[in-house]
Amino acid sequence: MSSTPWWADQDVWRKTAIWVTSLMLVALIMLTFDTVKQITAGSERVPAYSVINHRIYYRVDTERNLPAPVIGAEAPLFGVVLSEPEAAALVDKGKLTVQAKNCMNCHTLLGNGAYYAPDLTKAWLDQGWGAEAVREQLMLNFLMDPESNARGYGTNRKMPDMGLTEDEARGIIAFLKWMSAIDTNGFPRNFKPIKQEGE
Amino acid sequence: MAHAVDTTFPDTIPRGKLNTRDLNAGQRLAVKYFSVAMLLFIAQILFGLLAGLQYLWPDFLYNKLDFNVNRMVHINAMIIWMLYGFIGSIYWLVEDEAGTELVGAKLGNLAFWVLTAAVTVVVAVFLLVQTGPGEHQSIWLINEGREYIEAPRWADFGIVAVVLVFFYNTAATFMKGRWSGISGVLVLDLIALAGLYLAGMFYSSNISMDQHWWWWVIHLWVEATWEVLVGCIMAWGLIKTLGARRKIVTTWLYIEVALMFGSGILGLGHHYFWIGTPEYWLSIGGFFSALEPIPLVAMVVHAVYDSGVHRFKNSNHPALAWLIAHAFGNFFGAGVWGFMHTLPQINLYTHGTQWTASHGHLAFFGAYATINIAMFYIAIQKWRGGVFMGSGIPHAWRWKWALALLNIGVLGMTMALLISGYEQSFVERALHGSTWAGYFEAQRSDWFVQGMVWRQIFGYVTAAGLVLLVWDLITIGKGETRPAEEPTATTVINSNETLQPSSA
Ligand code: HEC
Ligand code: HEM
Ligand code: HEM
Ligand SMILES: [Fe+2]
Repeated sequence: MSSTPWWADQDVWRKTAIWVTSLMLVALIMLTFDTVKQITAGSERVPAYSVINHRIYYRVDTERNLPAPVIGAEAPLFGVVLSEPEAAALVDKGKLTVQAKNCMNCHTLLGNGAYYAPDLTKAWLDQGWGAEAVREQLMLNFLMDPESNARGYGTNRKMPDMGLTEDEARGIIAFLKWMSAIDTNGFPRNFKPIKQEGE
Repeated sequence: MAHAVDTTFPDTIPRGKLNTRDLNAGQRLAVKYFSVAMLLFIAQILFGLLAGLQYLWPDFLYNKLDFNVNRMVHINAMIIWMLYGFIGSIYWLVEDEAGTELVGAKLGNLAFWVLTAAVTVVVAVFLLVQTGPGEHQSIWLINEGREYIEAPRWADFGIVAVVLVFFYNTAATFMKGRWSGISGVLVLDLIALAGLYLAGMFYSSNISMDQHWWWWVIHLWVEATWEVLVGCIMAWGLIKTLGARRKIVTTWLYIEVALMFGSGILGLGHHYFWIGTPEYWLSIGGFFSALEPIPLVAMVVHAVYDSGVHRFKNSNHPALAWLIAHAFGNFFGAGVWGFMHTLPQINLYTHGTQWTASHGHLAFFGAYATINIAMFYIAIQKWRGGVFMGSGIPHAWRWKWALALLNIGVLGMTMALLISGYEQSFVERALHGSTWAGYFEAQRSDWFVQGMVWRQIFGYVTAAGLVLLVWDLITIGKGETRPAEEPTATTVINSNETLQPSSA
């Protein structure tokens, strides 16, 4: 009808747009099924909540050439071994509190969130807690009264008191411990964990 | 059938005063959305300044309006004002594009007031209640605690209902009138945009699952559906301000859709590197997201080419300037700044640092603030009775300085954040492995702190630009008696329907 070359033809591009979009959508949906399976709690990459009954180490996986989580011997949180549902309930309390208190508009978790405060992906394993033996207590003290326990490391930035109950604080610690066992493909790079028994 | 676009500005007297009567029903609704959008834009900047100041003076408003509250209002106001701007833009063009009257003006009006009341309540609760106990009721009633979609669950349902009304209104109006390439793309895109919001409406105690679906909303909005939406607005805007030919504009739009969805949908994978998701995303996400700048280049070429062809002769200088700013801002903010940290080898170090904030600011401003502002100018021109807005309008310095200050301000903030981001990536990430102590090692380093100071200074520049913009939008065209110039070319619309004049 006209002298428009095929590559400038409206119809060609309309069809291309439809085909490309459909193809990409199908690919995404197929990948999503697999991904959701792999990140369901209890899988290899994202552990079951009862992982909080154990020590969590990071060891270099020579095949992947990055440090990967290794689940060690029993080391129950707050000294109590929990069943899977109990552990799930405790972690759930923590996650719910993290959302309700809007922690992610100061902190990053898995690297997403805000940049005003340290990343919490591996907070459970942070050397800042000093020694394994006092970690749980120090975390509890800090979360329930971050102002008196402020560090700031030479800045005067402080975490405000979030008005946490002890149950909420314990839930958060369980949540942080569980999160530290997620396989994050080596993020954050070069993280040096606190020294734990059995290393 | 071809006809001239001479109905854009019905020949009404008096000119130079706000003349709501001569707007069509969609446009009367649009100016309401635009007005609220501007108010929320102002709120966004105010709370951004407060959050920025807390980096410099951590004691400022400590325990009263903490950083997380200010930041939440800052980014949530941004998302909401941009959505208001988009809804307004589509209401603005729908009757013109469909060639018929808006189907449900009353319903649309009701939805506007419901949404605005809901937004007011949400913001008031953010500021006054702020946070709640670790119970489900908190995320239902106070805030959801997830970036950008912080609105509590009850408001999510309100938003979905209002969006459904909006969607019905647009689709039904096109159905009653006529379809075009632009409206076809637009309606399909709106289905996807609204549908994606549902992916952000559930709770999971599993943080990996949570973030996996959260990115469906955030990424597939800004790097897929929002891009295509502004592609539609841009296409219509170029026809209106320049008189660009519809056939060419529509072909470009299809090309952009193919390239944008072709790269952006699987580009989602660049957020799946480190959140527990499988390793195949490292290659898929890296590869497809690296292609995302291509459609953005195409958009620049398109806008500049069309403007050149028409020798930049256009009916609305401020609007065209902001449309060009959009094309470049989108390219640099999303395309260049996005590309710089999208490969996993680099993102491993930059992930979740000020680097990300640098990109976030330039991309949201460059891609989405700009085009909304262009629509505000298109709207005010007609609202004032179709006044002249070409070269030599009185007080033109205002819009020019608003344009300059806003762009310089945001670019300055972007560069400052980039320097802080580099410092943070090196010191906290590469050297100290992101520990608590390593984080602060970076935060207190001189270059990081200087970056934060300069971000604040350029933040004030941005704010000054915004003040001028508001002033200009309120006053431009006041008392102007010359009629608007019509774009030179004619528009070809594949229908013989004529446009309905909105008043007799
Ligand atoms: C207003 C910003 C803000 C909010 C909100 C906030 N934090 Fe913090 N947080 C900080 C700052 C700043 C530090 C560093 C404190 C210091 O060094 O004294 C910190 C430190 C921490 C630490 C220790 C750092 C580490 O690497 O282990 C943990 C754990 C923590 N916060 C958890 C939380 C949790 C859980 C919440 C939500 C209930 C929360 N924070 C809410 C600002 C905030
Ligand atoms: C207009 C379009 C875009 C907008 C508005 C935008 C905005 C944003 C924002 C706000 C974030 C931070 C999200 C958060 O809070 O965690 C982000 C992250 C990111 N964006 Fe974009 N972006 C756009 C396009 C792009 C493009 C085209 C690319 C790649 C070529 C890209 C690459 C990235 C990457 C890799 C991240 C993750 C950063 C990190 O790991 O911390 N973006 N984007
Ligand atoms: C007055 C100017 C502004 C100031 C002082 C400012 C300040 C801030 C601050 C302090 C943050 C929090 C960053 C962090 O977590 O450390 C932030 C985040 C953000 N701001 Fe602004 N801002 C301003 C203007 C804007 C504008 C104009 C836009 C876009 C239109 C914008 C978009 C964003 C986005 C998308 C984020 C989230 C970034 C991310 O998570 O990576 N801001 N801003
Ligand atoms: Fe993205």
